[in-house]
Amino acid sequence: MKQISGNRLLVNALKEEGVEVVFGYPGACTIDISDELYRQNDIAVVLPRHEQALAHEADAYARTTGKVGVCLVTSGPGATNLVTGLATANYDSVPLVCFTGQVAKNLIGNDAFQEVDIVGITRNITKYSVTVRERENLGRIIKDAFYIARTGRPGPVLVDLPKDVMAEMGSAEYPKTVNLRGYKPYTSIHMGQLKKAIKLLHKAKKPLFLAGGGVNIARANAEFTQVVEKTGIPVVTTVMGRGAISTLHPLFIGNIGMHGAYAANNAVSNCDVLFSIGTRFNDRITGRVHEFAPHAQIVHIDIDTASISKNIQVHVPIVADAKEALTRMNEYVQENKCSKWLAQIEAWKKEHPLVMRPNSRMSPLDIIGEMNRQFEEALIVTDVGQHQMLVSQYADITEKKQLVTSGGLGTMGYGLPGAIGAQIGNPDIPVISISGDGGIQMNIQEMATAVLEELPIIVCIFNNEYLGMVRQWQSLFYGKRYGMTNLKAGALSRRTDRKEYPEYTPDFVRLAESYGAKGIRVTKKEEIAAAFEEAKKSTKVPTLIEFIIDPDEMVYPMIKPGGTLEDMIMDC
Amino acid sequence: MDNTMKKRWISLYVENQVGVLSKISGLFSAKSYNLDSLTVGTTEDPTVSRMTIATVSDDETFEQIKKQLNRMVEVIKVIDFTDVFVRMKEILYVKVLHCTSQDKVELFQIAETFKARVIDYGKNSLLLEFVQTATKNDAVVQLMKSEFKHIEVVRGGSVGIESISRMER
Repeated sequence: MKQISGNRLLVNALKEEGVEVVFGYPGACTIDISDELYRQNDIAVVLPRHEQALAHEADAYARTTGKVGVCLVTSGPGATNLVTGLATANYDSVPLVCFTGQVAKNLIGNDAFQEVDIVGITRNITKYSVTVRERENLGRIIKDAFYIARTGRPGPVLVDLPKDVMAEMGSAEYPKTVNLRGYKPYTSIHMGQLKKAIKLLHKAKKPLFLAGGGVNIARANAEFTQVVEKTGIPVVTTVMGRGAISTLHPLFIGNIGMHGAYAANNAVSNCDVLFSIGTRFNDRITGRVHEFAPHAQIVHIDIDTASISKNIQVHVPIVADAKEALTRMNEYVQENKCSKWLAQIEAWKKEHPLVMRPNSRMSPLDIIGEMNRQFEEALIVTDVGQHQMLVSQYADITEKKQLVTSGGLGTMGYGLPGAIGAQIGNPDIPVISISGDGGIQMNIQEMATAVLEELPIIVCIFNNEYLGMVRQWQSLFYGKRYGMTNLKAGALSRRTDRKEYPEYTPDFVRLAESYGAKGIRVTKKEEIAAAFEEAKKSTKVPTLIEFIIDPDEMVYPMIKPGGTLEDMIMDC
Repeated sequence: MDNTMKKRWISLYVENQVGVLSKISGLFSAKSYNLDSLTVGTTEDPTVSRMTIATVSDDETFEQIKKQLNRMVEVIKVIDFTDVFVRMKEILYVKVLHCTSQDKVELFQIAETFKARVIDYGKNSLLLEFVQTATKNDAVVQLMKSEFKHIEVVRGGSVGIESISRMER
């Protein structure tokens, strides 16, 4: 029988799995794999500038294509640099398979050069992590890894590859089937429970749908919209669930949670049946847990049994894939004539509409509004902080748009690499990333990757010279003591007792140009439209647009951490 | 849902692989679950290990523990021992040092009462072996601590198996 090395088997396996692109950074322990990849043309290799960004790129690629993102990094620091990316993907249920190099088996445990126990380090932030200890198991483990990553509640899988195991000759066979006795992700939906839930929904006077990220992951948007339209029941979403139904749909109320819309949060507090799909009931959503949806019977559909009744006790639990459940629901649901309830929601919307403080120069809303107007189709990637919450409140997410954001872990530095991964996976769709001036600098080196890969991404920076979200908390709850949040602070401000600050560094426009990208600075609202128009003209070169934002812009409404609706701050 | 804290037992079938014990115990520490005792050993199938886990928790947390264990790829099966008839025992060694002859007499009486065995005997020390439920062992440890100044205790943690006939623990 034909014998091949583990390295070659890995590359063959990637082809078998239909992998089109690998995000990889080389090193001593994976140089043989780099060599195998060099000698073939089916799989493209993208070389980012840092392994954290690499993981985010694979992550956004997976989120926007529905395929598994593949990472390849070396042992030791290559592997540890992946950690933040793995945790990000794990929290937002993103399917990744990450291959890490490892020192030869006889060196494991010796504190060898570039050796770390990456399987041990990542045990709690991956869906599954494993070291390949025998060459004969390599094929099966890779097969299992892809299967585990993409099925059930998706998540990242890490496969650690000792150098000697990979060099060993062995069978060329790659298994066709998976047999994991401890992992059976497909359970048929309990129709009795689903019918019970639908009955509750039909009898309710104030019913409400709550859609989480699970609806988007299952790509069940059409099925969900159909259920909503058949029943006529209004919808709120989480940040991750935004776009489950078009945000322009008349039955969509808004996001709930810490920065949710007044009407949306009020609807949750007053509904009598809360029909939730694919959400974890994270603390940013619920606030104080026992005051969440106090009058409601709660239905919860989730693919992960462990997400059900973890944070909120539910009355009707249903373990199912969102798409399957919604498809079945469409066979049974009827209209619920809840016109009084809908009128009440409209009244709340009028009472406190989602509006931003007008700013004569330029407010973030002017920018997001222009983005809504100019882009009918787009993948919108954010970083973390104020701009992220503003985008989650104001960006229209329709059938042709998708919001890509690190909602669970809240990883700064996600935006730019996220845009790169999204554009690589979707070459024909406009990709816009939005970052603060803090987040962009956490992975700014990826400008090089974007330029070299000829990606026409539009990189927006909301520059307010501060770490804005932390500053907002300091402004509201810490007596305006802006400790550690001023990005111009340093030796000069210390020396002058915070009286003097230097010019902002870096100059983002010149930085973009030095990378070979286009750079535009926008200081007032009249310039926004032209900047986006200019960026859209580019087909091969990224455009960086720096928007100068007033540091006093805040994200409202806001519910204090651990607070309730009554504590909602509407405006300053 | 009962939110009083109770001691509960779970039996797990897991893959007999490197790192599985660490993964299971890591879950308990990462999620701040109480882990009272954990025992593990291979079964008749060398690729499968079986664990008996004791935890103190309320109903809600206990449900979560079972779900979290169930979703692990390495966990083959989770059995809740709360409502099934099981045989469950723990081994306990108590070494008593600096004994007087009167102490020794008392220790033999304790051994007889608790059906323990005196398995080793020195000039002024005694080693007792108890095989009984963990709860009874708790009582023994309490008693020994109050009666004797110099003792050494080693406990094995409960191991359990579903009984064939209906019987109590």
